[in-house]
Amino acid sequence: MSQSPATPLTTADGVPLKVSLRRAVRRSKLKALLLASPLLAFLLIAFVMPIVDMLWRSVDNPEVSTHLSRTVQALQGWDGESLPEEPVFAALVADLREGKEARNLGLLSSRLNYEKSGMRSTISRTARRLRTVEPPYREALIAVNDTWGELDTWKLIQREAVPYTLSYYLAAVDRQFGPDGEIVKVPEYLEIHVELFWRTFWMSAVITALTLLLGYPIAYLLATLPLRHSNLLMILVLLPFWTSLLVRTTTWIAILQSQGVLNDMMVAIGLIADEARWQMIHNKIGTIVAMTHILLPFMILPLYSVMKTIPPSYMRAARSLGGKPLLSFRRVYFPLTIPGIAAGGILVFILAIGYYITPALVGGQSGRFITNYIAYHMQTSLNWGLAAAIASILLAVVVVFYLVFNRLIGVDKVKLG
Amino acid sequence: MALPSYATRGERIWHYVFLGICALVFLFLVGPLLVIIPLSFNAEPYFTFSEAMLRLDPAGYSLRWYEDFFTSSEWLGAIKNSFIVGIASTLLATVLGTVAALGLSSRHMPARGAIMALLISPMIVPLIISAAAMFFFFSKVNLAQTYLGVILAHTALGIPFVVITVTATLSSFDTTLIRAAHSLGANPTRTFFKVVLPLVTPGVVSGALFAFITSFDEVVVVLFIAGPEQRTMPIQMWSGIREQISPTILAVATLLVLLSMLLLTTLELLRRRGERLRGLSPG
Repeated sequence: MSQSPATPLTTADGVPLKVSLRRAVRRSKLKALLLASPLLAFLLIAFVMPIVDMLWRSVDNPEVSTHLSRTVQALQGWDGESLPEEPVFAALVADLREGKEARNLGLLSSRLNYEKSGMRSTISRTARRLRTVEPPYREALIAVNDTWGELDTWKLIQREAVPYTLSYYLAAVDRQFGPDGEIVKVPEYLEIHVELFWRTFWMSAVITALTLLLGYPIAYLLATLPLRHSNLLMILVLLPFWTSLLVRTTTWIAILQSQGVLNDMMVAIGLIADEARWQMIHNKIGTIVAMTHILLPFMILPLYSVMKTIPPSYMRAARSLGGKPLLSFRRVYFPLTIPGIAAGGILVFILAIGYYITPALVGGQSGRFITNYIAYHMQTSLNWGLAAAIASILLAVVVVFYLVFNRLIGVDKVKLG
Repeated sequence: MALPSYATRGERIWHYVFLGICALVFLFLVGPLLVIIPLSFNAEPYFTFSEAMLRLDPAGYSLRWYEDFFTSSEWLGAIKNSFIVGIASTLLATVLGTVAALGLSSRHMPARGAIMALLISPMIVPLIISAAAMFFFFSKVNLAQTYLGVILAHTALGIPFVVITVTATLSSFDTTLIRAAHSLGANPTRTFFKVVLPLVTPGVVSGALFAFITSFDEVVVVLFIAGPEQRTMPIQMWSGIREQISPTILAVATLLVLLSMLLLTTLELLRRRGERLRGLSPG
């Protein structure tokens, strides 16, 4: 009371209140950060760094510049119009000799083989004959393998001498560098990734639409029933949600395969002939049915939590104002559920495009996703750069949808069970 | 969702059609899980009902696939591995996640949205991408094909679940209770153990259960970064489905369905307990 308005309020020990408050806020900020920091550090090491490493690997291109360093140096200033001169060939022989000694020609030859088929055998054949090769090397190497007499080979080495390359990304979309560095399509028999990307997206869209179609009535029922009954029915939604993914996939194999439960039933009641059993698994149908089943709870739960907040009086009001049931639903109820549809739809779509297990087990050849090709390049073709590039593209798509989801709904609004 | 008294005839019909549709969808949801339970008692090595089973002939049923499971050293070894990895990664994820959730639920947490988005991302990034990335990185630092590598990977995957459940619990935690405890003469330690902990525990436990089941059911990452030493149960199932498909898998599947029922019941009880303690619902 006695304080004049000019002197600022102070705490008991004479510090201005504003300063004291700021200090307290800063302290609790620091405390909050400190609590979160062990987890942040852990995730940085165990999750973020691996992802960054993968992104880096998708452009990393050390093979030519390290294993053909002399050749690359000798090629500097080469005009690309005529075959390189003798020093370049001599450098190549020196590089290959060293590579043979160190037994690391394999990496180099696979890398070059991705860009120009036949390079693997060219290099291994040349390496085998290195002992007998005498100067002049130019003629000698061309005699060993005439690939060394092609301008394209040298252009390729010159082009791939850079430490970073986009060629894995081009390969991921079925493109490659032509002889003069222009971007061309890969031969038709090698085209596979673009089709798989599109298939992944449209099949995921179909699965999302199906989960919406099946999930909407269920969510509506659960949201409008009295809590006692809806809790009981909710268990029917949560049970599959909590059941092992492999178990759910296995059950669909048992049900859908040609000697399976569904076909047996249809044969038994005479719906189809024994010889004409339906092929419902190891194709697109298998993937779509199994994944719709697996992802359905992810649609129902967000829809339910939105519908739960819509007061039933709205529909009664619409009816009392003369709206027919369908019109009241379309104009009043449905628009109110759109946030739920968006949340569930994005969630299901994100999860669907990243699914690997289910398409691999029930998808057969035609129901495969792009994820199956990431695994293929990781484990079978061993083209890890390409696997990393495909994974990075898929990751980019997922991140975009995740950001949209975050903006629309907010990740901290995600509820489990 | 009772019919209002003013419902027209068409609406009445639609109401029952709607209920029928819902029943079919529920059948689609739960039916497949119920089908495999009797199938796992099949006496024949097939994935379908034999005639003897349909006649309810006891000779058509047997426990041989369960016997197979419980006597196979491969399966038992896989279960052991699953529990080792599951428990270790759950403990790690629960401790790290709970401590972080305490920070995240503070009003003064800077960059809360961005940090939350980062912490949730292991749940959103497709498993195959995490698996490939971890494979590249873990091989570089000699963590591939080790228990530690698998445990660390599963910890990262379980963390979002712990963070989400614990922050949700903390956000409904009434902080005036702490002041009330203080005003009634309890010291901070006593307050923590007598007031805070009992209220937060259900959330922490359900987060831990989520993390455990995530690890227990995870195939892709283990497939990439584990060696033959660390074969877990899902891997054993995965190779079983791909290579030599035998009804032993159905027996395992049935056991896993029972496990998830158990888990679901536990979670539901925890949720009710939590609500009761916080006075959100009567009795």
